[in-house]
Amino acid sequence: MRKDQNLGEYLRSQGVSRRGFLKFCSATASLMALPPSAVAQVAEALAAARRPSVIWLSFQECTGCTESLTRSHSPTVESLIFDAISLDYHHTLQAAAGHGAEAAREAAQEENKGEYILVVDGSIPVDNPAYSTIAGISNLDMLKHSAKDCFAIVAVGTCAAYGGLPGAEPNPTGAVAVSDIITDKPIINVSGCPPIPVVITGVLAHFLTFGTIPELDALGRPTAFFGQNIHDRCYRRPFYERGEFAETFDDEGARKGWCLYKLGCKGPITYNACATVKWNQGMGFPIQAGHGCIACSEPRFWDKGGFYDALSTGDWGSREALLGAAAVGAALGAGSAIRARARKRKAMAEEEA
Amino acid sequence: MSSLDTIPVTTEVATGNVAPLLHEIRHALKRLTGGEEGTSIDLKSLPLAPGEEERIEATLGTGEVRAEVDALGPTLIQETSYPGVWLITHKNVDDAVVARFIEVTFIPELLRSQPEDIDAGIDRLENELGS
Repeated sequence: MRKDQNLGEYLRSQGVSRRGFLKFCSATASLMALPPSAVAQVAEALAAARRPSVIWLSFQECTGCTESLTRSHSPTVESLIFDAISLDYHHTLQAAAGHGAEAAREAAQEENKGEYILVVDGSIPVDNPAYSTIAGISNLDMLKHSAKDCFAIVAVGTCAAYGGLPGAEPNPTGAVAVSDIITDKPIINVSGCPPIPVVITGVLAHFLTFGTIPELDALGRPTAFFGQNIHDRCYRRPFYERGEFAETFDDEGARKGWCLYKLGCKGPITYNACATVKWNQGMGFPIQAGHGCIACSEPRFWDKGGFYDALSTGDWGSREALLGAAAVGAALGAGSAIRARARKRKAMAEEEA
Repeated sequence: MSSLDTIPVTTEVATGNVAPLLHEIRHALKRLTGGEEGTSIDLKSLPLAPGEEERIEATLGTGEVRAEVDALGPTLIQETSYPGVWLITHKNVDDAVVARFIEVTFIPELLRSQPEDIDAGIDRLENELGS
């Protein structure tokens, strides 16, 4: 796509019919969790959209976020969106290496001052910046330098959004989130370990369509995707309401698809779109596969108790919320609540000591 | 039968969302015949248990019209056994479903020839005829 073309002109030059474009807009609106009635508005905005420059920085990460995105299930829509942005730097995906690659990053920043989108995956080590460097430049310096001229930052993955696994106790590198360092730019946290690929693309599509920052929740996440919790959207919710829980992964309850709350499901405190957008070509999501949610899109999820401990036994949220969760467990006849209180008392005593 | 089918897992899960969705379709049909605009429902927007989407599809059944649009991958457009209720499945070039809608309308927009495409067609025809 030429820089002087808008998306509508580009698609027509590629032989995409108006029907194809309307289909693209329907899929994009669905991707952005917009109502179908917004398709006409999306079509009008997308047809006139200009190609934004994107600089993608990967810091302390496992490349799972990029893997998630590049393995996503809708290549037609994805590739059109990627054609419609100018991905000027991504050191995992780009062919260029060494000084040429770094020069491309600098050039993109210079040419698109104040307009480019900075995508970051991975956390930033601040105890000793030498723990993670690119081309001899520390992650900290590269982030500060690249952020100063950007329009907005998209922190992709829980590492960039909240510190993630590198930031888990004892946090040997002093890993922090993007928002701990950059405080004068809009930051959109697309958390998840990894995030749902279409959520990453959906945020890029929002920029492309509207050129604005999407509405965010208190943790800086787009409410279109993180506005509701897994539990409220979970198809197993009716079992929770009836107090029907799987007690082990192979008991009768598990076979009947009962609620996984007592097996450690963190759905009630996790905000993400897994239950509706789903994974693997829309095939399912962890709870549908019989495993509880591990709250991978929530801050400090690694440090908040075992993945297989019921919510009431962990360290989620405030003490009041925790006692509330324990009360719910008790009301549902969950023996785990009693263990929760005992373990919580022990944990609090240890913390005070 | 594949080996996966032999695993004794049953799904007796129901979200309770199937009946309300069918009522929503009924209300949308009444609005349509009452002169109001059509309605589009994104099937991804509400929680459905495994098998419930198939249950909705089975309840709606298949009607007289079935069309396939070949644009950025196939799009299947099926009128259900309830006239005015269309099931639209957008697939990508790899045949994977990218979006699914139920549209309550006289004719889905995607089936109409689009003015931009007609203009492009006129240009091509004129080139062909050398006029």
